[in-house]
Amino acid sequence: MKKDAPFTDLRLELMIGNLLRWGVALAAAVVLAGGILYLIQHGAEHADYHDFHGPNGQSNSVSGVLHEAATLHSRGIIQLGLLLLVLTPIARVILSAIGFIMERDWMYLTMTLIVLTVLLYSLMRIP
Amino acid sequence: MNILLLTLLIWLGSALAGFLGALTGLGGGVVLVPLLTLAFGIDIHYAMGASLISVIATSSGAAAAYVREGYSNIRIGMFLEIATTLGAVLGAYLTAKLPTGAIGAIFGLVLIYSAWVSGTAQPETGPPSGPDPLGVSLKMNGSYPGVDGPRAYQVTRVPAGFSLMFGAGTLSGLLGIGSGAMKVVAMDQIMKIPFKVSTTTSNFMIGVTAAASAGIYFNRGYIDPGLAMPVMLGVLLGSLLGARVLVRVRTRVLRWVFGAVLLALGLQMIFHALTGRL
Repeated sequence: MKKDAPFTDLRLELMIGNLLRWGVALAAAVVLAGGILYLIQHGAEHADYHDFHGPNGQSNSVSGVLHEAATLHSRGIIQLGLLLLVLTPIARVILSAIGFIMERDWMYLTMTLIVLTVLLYSLMRIP
Repeated sequence: MNILLLTLLIWLGSALAGFLGALTGLGGGVVLVPLLTLAFGIDIHYAMGASLISVIATSSGAAAAYVREGYSNIRIGMFLEIATTLGAVLGAYLTAKLPTGAIGAIFGLVLIYSAWVSGTAQPETGPPSGPDPLGVSLKMNGSYPGVDGPRAYQVTRVPAGFSLMFGAGTLSGLLGIGSGAMKVVAMDQIMKIPFKVSTTTSNFMIGVTAAASAGIYFNRGYIDPGLAMPVMLGVLLGSLLGARVLVRVRTRVLRWVFGAVLLALGLQMIFHALTGRL
């Protein structure tokens, strides 16, 4: 299969590389925008990371993050950028699955879907 | 210390960690957590969450360049990612069950191991012990661009490599690091994949592995946006700069220096863990 379709494999890898680069660039831009806003709003406050506060002190649900980002809360915008970043490798796996379908490589499609299932399972933990 | 000053200092420290991580090929994550906990007094859970985020950023950011060179093997990567992602989920769950001191002690041991990997010379790929039939049926054998055209390679000991990858994934989820050093050992030493193919494919896998524990880290509140922001932006900038100057520096001396730093951090991490100061 690999010998029959080297072009498809190579093209798939190039597409994946571009996807990752743009995904990271977008995520970094959103995090930077939120970060600048965060420092303007909270820069003078006292920093406290010495003790772990658990999951209660912040918005860690997708709907909460989207709501905070939509209302221009700085920490929500940063969280949105971080979520975009986490989604880039997941998008890569989805793109690989499409590539293996195009190459009709069912064995590797199965493997890709297993990896995707594990990733989605973890992602579903975000309430 | 106010948030503005702390953020700037963490950003600078993260940029340095990312720079050194890219030059030595070990990634920035492994020095980030001790930097944040020992130098800035940040709780290890927040440090691990920020580190995990930076690991995804550097992996995805560097992948574009690696892919163009044509070294990475997408099939080997996908097959082994089954092991690393399952391990990462297990590790992320374990990290909530273990006391902080135990996490710190394990982290110290990983640092000392990384110091050893950094200090020893680039591993030589010995003569292949014959292709693994499993590797053949999984269509893993490939070729990479050499000086005189494409060079073919064959993988060996697939089950052993797969098992070690599960361990690397567990460590990644447990500590919020990429565990790139262990991934390269599994591919280069065990499976006899050429070093360049191992390092680039490992970099590829690190992002997916880290994403597998990221959901659980988010859920537990390990990823604090105020802290993850300077760490992610700093490491990303540092690693991109590091990749640019990579060809111009003498990496051998640098690897020794980096190894010595890792060893010192590892010992300090274990000392702090044992005396309950983390």
